[in-house]
Amino acid sequence: MRAGRRAPGRVAVHLLLWGYAVVALLPLVVMLLNSLRPTSEIFTAPLRLPTSPTLDSYLQVWTDASFSTYLLNSLTVTCGAVLIGTAVSALAAYPLARYDFFGNRLLGAYFLAGLMLPIRLGLVPIFYLMDSMGLIDSLLGLTLLYAASGVPFCVFVLSAFYRSLPGELDEAARLDGAGEFRIFGRIMLPLVRPALASVTLFQFVPLWHEFLYPLVLLRSDEKFTIPRGLSQFFGEYTTDWSALFAGLVLATAPLFVLFVLATKQIIAGLTAGMSK
Amino acid sequence: MPRWRVLAVFLLPAFLLYSVFIVYPLVSALDYSFFEWRGIRQVGFAGFDNYRDLLSVYPYDQQLWRAFAHNALFFAGTMLIQNTVGLLFALLLFRYRRGKRFLQAAFTTPYLVDPLVVGYLWSLLLNPTFGPVNALLEAVGLDSWALPWLGDTRTALPIVVLVNAWQWVGFPMLMFSAALAGIPAEYHEAARVDGASAWQAFRRVTLPLLTPAIGVVSVLTFIGNFNAFGLIYAMSGSTGSPAGSTDVLGLLFYRVAFVEGGVEAIGRSSALAVLMFVFIFGVSLLATSYFRRRERKLL
Repeated sequence: MRAGRRAPGRVAVHLLLWGYAVVALLPLVVMLLNSLRPTSEIFTAPLRLPTSPTLDSYLQVWTDASFSTYLLNSLTVTCGAVLIGTAVSALAAYPLARYDFFGNRLLGAYFLAGLMLPIRLGLVPIFYLMDSMGLIDSLLGLTLLYAASGVPFCVFVLSAFYRSLPGELDEAARLDGAGEFRIFGRIMLPLVRPALASVTLFQFVPLWHEFLYPLVLLRSDEKFTIPRGLSQFFGEYTTDWSALFAGLVLATAPLFVLFVLATKQIIAGLTAGMSK
Repeated sequence: MPRWRVLAVFLLPAFLLYSVFIVYPLVSALDYSFFEWRGIRQVGFAGFDNYRDLLSVYPYDQQLWRAFAHNALFFAGTMLIQNTVGLLFALLLFRYRRGKRFLQAAFTTPYLVDPLVVGYLWSLLLNPTFGPVNALLEAVGLDSWALPWLGDTRTALPIVVLVNAWQWVGFPMLMFSAALAGIPAEYHEAARVDGASAWQAFRRVTLPLLTPAIGVVSVLTFIGNFNAFGLIYAMSGSTGSPAGSTDVLGLLFYRVAFVEGGVEAIGRSSALAVLMFVFIFGVSLLATSYFRRRERKLL
């Protein structure tokens, strides 16, 4: 009787899980398929597959709607910010984790507080600060702001990694007469490389998606990042659904590519660190 | 111990960047909220006037509470649907063999998509005239269900909750999966030996042991929901259409600060930012300490 009661239960579990997998993925598949066929076809046969797939909408979105510019801006701002944020944090976390200087704990708590603060609520002062520095509608301003927002998280994670490294390492180097910067660059930094890879990835995703800052701080089309450009684009192309779907695919694709590449990279970095 | 000059080279870049772009603006927001403003000019100390205005001057007196209520409903709906379903998936997948990895990846894929893209995508899919969702409902004979989901004040907010859950359900699922993997198998066996039914074992053994994970998921859901912006902006614009039925605090803050705040925009939006900060931060702290106490009782 027990087995008899279980069999329909098992079927229900299979149905639920695989059914939800369809719900999770189908909207993304529809997005991709609809970007490959003209708007007239989307309107007349919303549930059908594309009869003759075409990349016309991508061409249109790429050039007319200047997605090429948005992509370049997003790459510049996000990569620049992640690079700066990680670099300054890697520097700051090192003495915080390994030297007991005066004010160490206070400074550590000061950085840590940033993890809990809803930093977007400083938006109005940020706007006037940027305005006073001439950084409104500037990719540099956005890059610095994004970089700063990653500092608390990076300092937190990297300090933990520096702390886990054995103390004999830098002592030996110091006895050999190596300076502080040499110890940092030659010994410490290579050892925390796996951590650098993961904080880079973790900063990348929210910054790539950031919308409120560019909505307020960017003004001109040639400065827009992808999310800001997308909101502009949805206002202009309201009836050209094929183009809209193509725009959504173009906004989504880079992160999927990055994730496929980066996951391998991170696993490689971790295992390389372990085999030593 | 390195010299101070060496320490400064290590510490100053991060300190300056963080202080100028993160700490200074947040402290300024507090400062701004206590002054009376005419455009970008401070004209005098205002005490709590900006705060009082938010609660008593039209239209903020109505919009603030409405937005707050919507955030609260958004949070309640997300806890009820997204996090419960996430827990269910984690439990079902726990002993699942075939295709487990694929299913986990599928459930978490929407998380990689920009919330703004998710919002725009679903507003197209749910379009009453040309959207595939209603076309599908009609194709399977559910014509009466083919409603203007996002155009009706009664259904718009629940739809936002569902779309948001579609994007994030992988997060509670992964958190609960990790927590389940950490529960020793003997506990379940002991419960079974004592003759507990599957439901009793879940209710009396598994669920209490999931308290830490439930705490983390609840607090992060709360913070995420009360800071929501991009998804709702994409689905219902900056006013939370239709007729403000999806307006939330994030949209209200943006409007007061940059769209319709008028000459007193700076003072009032800063006051709103401070109120939101105190509420979100305060509730998060209270909830965290509550769950800590529950955890300690377990041990």
